[in-house]
Amino acid sequence: MTERTIRVTVNGRTYEKTVEVRKTLADFLRDDLDLTGTHLGCEHGVCGACTIVLDGAAVRSCLMFAAQAHGRELQTVEGLADGDRLNPLQEAFRQHHGLQCGFCTPGFLMTLTCFLRECPNPTEAEVREAIAGNLCRCTGYKNIVAAALAAASTSTRS
Amino acid sequence: MKPPRFDYVLPRSLDEALSVLAEHGDQAKVLAGGQSLVPLLNFRLVRPAYLVDLNEVPGLDGIRLDGGRLAIGAMTRQRVAETSPLVRERCPLMAEAMPQIGHVQIRNRGTVGGSLAHADPAGELPAVVAALDGELVLRSRRGERRLTPQQFFVAYLTTAVEPDELLVEARVPVAPPRTGTAFMEVSRRHGDFALVGVAVTLTLDDAGVCKACSLAITGVGPTPVVPREAAGALVGVKPSPDAFENVARRVAGALTPDSDLHASSDYRKHLAGVLTQRALARAAGRVDGGRPAAKERP
Repeated sequence: MTERTIRVTVNGRTYEKTVEVRKTLADFLRDDLDLTGTHLGCEHGVCGACTIVLDGAAVRSCLMFAAQAHGRELQTVEGLADGDRLNPLQEAFRQHHGLQCGFCTPGFLMTLTCFLRECPNPTEAEVREAIAGNLCRCTGYKNIVAAALAAASTSTRS
Repeated sequence: MKPPRFDYVLPRSLDEALSVLAEHGDQAKVLAGGQSLVPLLNFRLVRPAYLVDLNEVPGLDGIRLDGGRLAIGAMTRQRVAETSPLVRERCPLMAEAMPQIGHVQIRNRGTVGGSLAHADPAGELPAVVAALDGELVLRSRRGERRLTPQQFFVAYLTTAVEPDELLVEARVPVAPPRTGTAFMEVSRRHGDFALVGVAVTLTLDDAGVCKACSLAITGVGPTPVVPREAAGALVGVKPSPDAFENVARRVAGALTPDSDLHASSDYRKHLAGVLTQRALARAAGRVDGGRPAAKERP
């Protein structure tokens, strides 16, 4: 087959679309669903900008085909905020200047969303290890690490 | 940076997958986790007519004990193997190598079989299977073949898997008593393919004398290099810094790595020697003792 009709749930909403089988999941999210919060940097799995959550696990959406997401549950950066209200991780990024140009930010947020679920009270070293697969050319990572640690302490307090 | 056109085949059983490969294997690529293949497709370095996706084939994943061996299904995600208590208990060498593969987002999709079949000479899993003298199980409509790592890894990115065959399982012997293992590598950045990596397993007898030692080295040849003679120099002696240095000197002396953009031949030889020495010391220190901590780094 060269096309496949798929049904995927993204941020709680179910979509049914027919896609060309060679279309990557990242391009599907951006072009077919207009969810352009997922960014594409390198398109070969190095930069981490396109990281999304697939059935609870952080994955590169540029290294999967949309056809493979059939029946799966996805979360993208658009699924984090509640309307205009940022979630605690996003709020921590804002507070701690964890972004500058913002291009890499969706990937960091989705990577950290999974990581903080598995490791709610991390050390700085663990945060640095967790984000090692995401590249940022603005911040030097320091403020991203600070934001992640702040988000962890906020959520363990509440 | 978009994949070329291909015909997507989604078999629902192993039989169906093998039938597709029997018919179209020479024009097909098998898609496991896609963490190496999809970049190659995105760059259009490969242009298969058919892409055979194994992700809906039941029974190809899972980790089980089978006699004295740990059998790992080819479609087992690397992250699953990394966090498996069975792997940690019975094959600590693999458990230690796992977190050194790419990044967690890669290991969430990447598979054990995919990494082996891709056969990158810098890959961690090929070295683990080579050091442990494991077994690679191939299936096709014609039947089953079991290959040693030496038979399986043929050249750079090339294995002995025929176009109609599928790697279905990797089998490694469980670590015998009084065994210590270590996997250490050096890469330019964390998560990159390593310049050189060393996998070590050694077993001591009751008197503390080494009775078995095996090494495999990545990044110094077209396939994982297994320096049997050099590793054998440790057998019959008590582990000591001098003994490790002796093995390391033999290892470095026997290698003829190519130079490339990332490292010269001499530097790779140097790394192989240094890592061999350190990994032997770490492995010896682990006999009867603590398990490798997943986060330890060279």
